[in-house]
Amino acid sequence: MMISDGTVIKIKDTSPPGHIRTPKYIRGKIGVVERCVGVFENPEQLAYALNANSYSLYRVRFKMTDLWSDYLKDSDDTLDAEVFEHWIEEI
Amino acid sequence: MPHDHHDHDHLSPSGHPYRQDNDEPLTYWQLMEISVRELMIEKGKFSAPEINQQIDLMDSRSPADGATVVARAWMDPDFKKRLLENGASAAEELDFEIGPMHLVVVENTPKIHNLIVCTLCSCYPRNLLGLPPDWYKTKEYRSRAVKEPRTVLTEFGVSLPESTVVRVHDSTADMRYLVLPLRPESTAEMSEVELRKLVSRDSMIGTGVIQEI
Repeated sequence: MMISDGTVIKIKDTSPPGHIRTPKYIRGKIGVVERCVGVFENPEQLAYALNANSYSLYRVRFKMTDLWSDYLKDSDDTLDAEVFEHWIEEI
Repeated sequence: MPHDHHDHDHLSPSGHPYRQDNDEPLTYWQLMEISVRELMIEKGKFSAPEINQQIDLMDSRSPADGATVVARAWMDPDFKKRLLENGASAAEELDFEIGPMHLVVVENTPKIHNLIVCTLCSCYPRNLLGLPPDWYKTKEYRSRAVKEPRTVLTEFGVSLPESTVVRVHDSTADMRYLVLPLRPESTAEMSEVELRKLVSRDSMIGTGVIQEI
């Protein structure tokens, strides 16, 4: 799976147990792929010294107003976070 | 007298209270670190001097390194372009060892202000800025920077007009971030060496801006 820059995506809204590097506050939120930053080993497996799969890592940009209901109204402020491909749903 | 306290028994000759000795019992994790380190040395994975060398290397890095990169980017538009495209390889041109770290440099403009945080732990561009300040690792900064960055910035003394877009970058995985601060207009005549001195640590995290001189 290769997602091109500018694609609108959704972060999966799940809470599996263990070491996760997808912060809670972006799960289930809609964002835009800013860029792919490369392929990296999955930290969810690395954390337990398991053989890790390699996944593409994307910088995803969210509108602050989509993340926080009480954010400054009509603001164009954004938040970028790095998200592994297995957390991303194409919509 | 400024130091005229009543209870002189607990004061040093300077008039200040004595500081407590830093000899608390070891915590669980401190003990774990020492045990693992000694075990690794015993097994010949690395030596004690190698550990000291690594600590010295870590201590030798400081915001002056990041400032050198920023000043070059201000002076040399081609370097700036390369820095924004691939932060690590551009920094290596100036002999800064970036190692396995991937560096994303984000540029402040009159319309955009960038702010760096790591909500999950305390990821920080140590190879260019040295050790992070204590507040960078606090839950307060980490939780509030992503939720109310403008209020956090105000508390750092940075007031932005509403028309400036704030871009927060949460360092959640393998990237490290450095802000390329906005160069003050009044510095047009300054040399690269002079410019380096103006670039503060906070301006490269985004919790500061560089004032006009």
